[in-house]
Amino acid sequence: MSDPTLSFDEAMEQFDPVLGFEVHVELNTKTKMFSSAPNAFGDHPNSNVNEVDLGLPGVLPVVNKAAVESSIKIGLALNCEIAEYCRFARKNYFYPDTPKNFQTSQYDEPIAHDGWIDIELEDGEVFRVEIERAHMEEDAGKLTHMGGATGRIQGAEYSLVDYNRAGVPLVEIVTKPIVGAGRRAPELARAYVSAIREIVKNLGVSDARMERGNVRCDANVSLMPKGATKFGIRSETKNVNSLRSVEHAVRHEIQRHAAVLASGGKVTQETRHWHEDTRTTTAGRPKSDADDYRYFPEPDLVPIVATREWVESLRAQLPEPPAERRKRLKAAWGYSDPEFRDVVNAGVMDAIEETIAAGATPAAARKWWMGEIVGRAKVADVDPGELGVTSEAIVELNGLVEGGKLNNKMAGQVLDGVIAGEGTPTQVMEARGLVLVSDDGALLEAIDSALAAQPDVAEKIRGGKVQAVGAIVGGVMKATRGQADAGRVRELILEKLGVNA
Amino acid sequence: MNELIASTAAELAEKLAAKEVSSEEVTRAHLERIAEVDGGERGVHAFLHVNTEEALGVAREVDSLRAAGGDDAAELHPLAGVPIAIKDLIVTVGQPTTAGSRMLEGWMSPYDATVIKKIRAAKLPILGKTNLDEFAMGSSTEHSAFGPTRNPWDLDRIPGGSGGGSAAAVAAFEAPLALGTDTGGSIRQPGAVTGTVGVKPTYGAVSRYGAIAMASSLDQIGPVSRSVLDAALLQELIGGHDPFDSTSLTDSFDTLAEAARNGSVQGLRIGVVKELGGEGFQPGVEARFREALELLRGAGAEVVEVSCPNFQYALGAYYLIMPSEVSSNLAKFDGVRYGLRVLPKDGPLTIERVMGATRAAGFGDEAKRRIILGTYALSAGYYDAYYGSAQKVRTLIQRDFDAAFAQADVLISPTAPTTAFRLGEKLDDPLAMYLNDVATIPANLAGVPGLSLPGGLADEDGLPVGIQLLAPAREDARLYRVGAALESLLEAQWGGPLLSKAPVLGAAKTGEVN
Repeated sequence: MSDPTLSFDEAMEQFDPVLGFEVHVELNTKTKMFSSAPNAFGDHPNSNVNEVDLGLPGVLPVVNKAAVESSIKIGLALNCEIAEYCRFARKNYFYPDTPKNFQTSQYDEPIAHDGWIDIELEDGEVFRVEIERAHMEEDAGKLTHMGGATGRIQGAEYSLVDYNRAGVPLVEIVTKPIVGAGRRAPELARAYVSAIREIVKNLGVSDARMERGNVRCDANVSLMPKGATKFGIRSETKNVNSLRSVEHAVRHEIQRHAAVLASGGKVTQETRHWHEDTRTTTAGRPKSDADDYRYFPEPDLVPIVATREWVESLRAQLPEPPAERRKRLKAAWGYSDPEFRDVVNAGVMDAIEETIAAGATPAAARKWWMGEIVGRAKVADVDPGELGVTSEAIVELNGLVEGGKLNNKMAGQVLDGVIAGEGTPTQVMEARGLVLVSDDGALLEAIDSALAAQPDVAEKIRGGKVQAVGAIVGGVMKATRGQADAGRVRELILEKLGVNA
Repeated sequence: MNELIASTAAELAEKLAAKEVSSEEVTRAHLERIAEVDGGERGVHAFLHVNTEEALGVAREVDSLRAAGGDDAAELHPLAGVPIAIKDLIVTVGQPTTAGSRMLEGWMSPYDATVIKKIRAAKLPILGKTNLDEFAMGSSTEHSAFGPTRNPWDLDRIPGGSGGGSAAAVAAFEAPLALGTDTGGSIRQPGAVTGTVGVKPTYGAVSRYGAIAMASSLDQIGPVSRSVLDAALLQELIGGHDPFDSTSLTDSFDTLAEAARNGSVQGLRIGVVKELGGEGFQPGVEARFREALELLRGAGAEVVEVSCPNFQYALGAYYLIMPSEVSSNLAKFDGVRYGLRVLPKDGPLTIERVMGATRAAGFGDEAKRRIILGTYALSAGYYDAYYGSAQKVRTLIQRDFDAAFAQADVLISPTAPTTAFRLGEKLDDPLAMYLNDVATIPANLAGVPGLSLPGGLADEDGLPVGIQLLAPAREDARLYRVGAALESLLEAQWGGPLLSKAPVLGAAKTGEVN
């Protein structure tokens, strides 16, 4: 049974949405947050654990310095203040995915706080999202509930526990309430999570693969009557783990809240489970602000002191922020908005930058990547970069075309050869015997045959229908197995028929 | 009594180095003593596990290295071949570790505590694991799930706690050395009531890795022995920085034995803490304490009175901070991954109910009492009033120590307000039990080191009295210097160690001791 909803438009007529996000980022450190066990994905269950991760009697945690550095970098990239002194705390609750029955986390002393990022939507509108805090914590293990209908712990016959993920370093990024997004709230939600993902990937601190849970989003949504300033009651949709789902989940929750409120009801403060298949949420457990985790400072760890020198040395290591880099490259390359967006969406911005650096013009680089390589990658179902085409090969291939040695069709065949590992473009061209026919005599012979084969077309051209010349060109190209310079063929046909182009 | 078991660790070390005795002989003598006095209806019951084969194996290894001579023999640690007993709160590969609880009965640790690694590297034969109050919670060892330990001075009395097993083992000559842990006095108070030496080092001086946590901010592993020098030798062995314990200090504590060998109080200011005496302190305890002060004065010390007004709140603060940490540290014992698992008798088999049934069956009353207290103290709405206030008191106590140490080089007090009480006497009165630790708790709250040594026998019951010395953090060497001086002054007066006055135990005893 899914909850009643209003249409999005109806909801927007009556209400203003307020959003809030908690994004968990798994860091890609070599070892875990508090132990020397490997931080690795996909290994045999319970193989990446030691006595600390299992919470055996007598063990003590030790903070992973690399994880702290990654956390500081994330804080800096989000324009946060970095705390000079902060502590870990224990969040106490009994659940079998947490081996100690408490999670070591930061509570009232986050390592980074009070930041912001500007989120640019597709049409260029910019929203500033304020960051409340980014704090460090450890991930829990993974539970798999067996034998029940729902895959939840309730009703399961038994549960399997994998502690490989227990203790993996996490940074939780919490926004302040986001007001004023209006009907763009679902889009903003997607763009925000996308931006966080891009930032941590760009920093090199996370693999940022949402399908592996490297970036996980809890989305808070509430509505208030249009023009009001007092926030409504929120719901928290947990573990919305793809960009598309984030957008849909926020949209759904807005519509669901609107239906409740419009019928005079009251939204329940609770967690919600997201269902990708139906694009709806269902109630989780009721949540109140007074959930009692009995936090207290972790006595087994000493405070983290981030000296200004350390923070500044980390700041100096930060790469250019992705949004600024995009702005800079777009301007430098002179691409139009849609051209640049396509490049970004196809994931070849870095490749094009490299190709241009290797000597190609921005237009040529775009032509090869977007016109040739992306399509081939799609067919092969791999990322464009994985096809193994180097920038040098593209520059060389482009040179062969511009130098009149290959036409575009032949260049495509050479590219196939390069991808197949047959050598450099020149080597492929020679090995495959791809030579452009530019001998007018040979071409004229083929043109005569083509005109004779389609006398009606020849007549049309003579009559001034110049665009019909394509059919004859096609015939010639077919006869020369594509190895003719199509431009020259066209010229010769028109010349022969005495038509001025 | 076999002369070997009457020797101190330092004496044994000399005899071993001179090849007058073998480690196998020494180890066997102690194992025989354990067999003689530890078991049975009226046995001391200091040990929960005796590690015969491994101990003899290590002893033989030391003997053969020494016999072979050369570099291997020269590089042997001075205590190599001297046997030791380990409080069963410290994890050991190859022997069970129970923490005195049903919860861990039969559990075998897959890893060694850092102190155990050091003891193995130095090749001290480990005689076995000693009894304790469950998870180190208690002052009498009566809260052990495996039955109480008896005081070798009077088998009807408690040996102190929580480390009654280690203290009794050393007092009964079952081991020359033992390890204890001290959260609120669990090394020093058993030392006091058994006539042995016990030291709680500076917080962070000895790694806690592998000591099953009771209250992380207060726990410290330390030595138990029959002489101040032995304690110093053992603390030097087990101490030092450990990368597996974030709270471990980087200071080196390598002048402790030297300090113990050069005991002196000449020109030292010794501060008597006004608040640690008077009401609640047994007259015989006070009398021996006053005599000790006279001896120190006679040896050239200046005895001054200092006041630590906030010590009156120490017990209250301790019983909020300690249970708070206990409630969190003991949460891991839930039957999911290791140890006891109990299924509910009826009703649905959910994870919550299995955890609940396991914890209901696995923890004893005192553990439950503290878990409940701590859970309450940390709860929203109570945190500031309880845990928060207690932390403020902790700061005030640290300031009291700072002020006191501005006036005195070391502080002195009776270790415990009374001598050993009778088994069962305070079992139904937790508050009376808690008062035993009134003089030892401030050191844990402030992280400063404390040493207890025998101060004589109380006139009214003929039982041992303990004298406590306290020094500023990191000044453990000062404790050993003063402790050794007082020890030799007292022993000169008694004509030998206090334990030579203890009743004879085992087969050689001539009559029943009451």
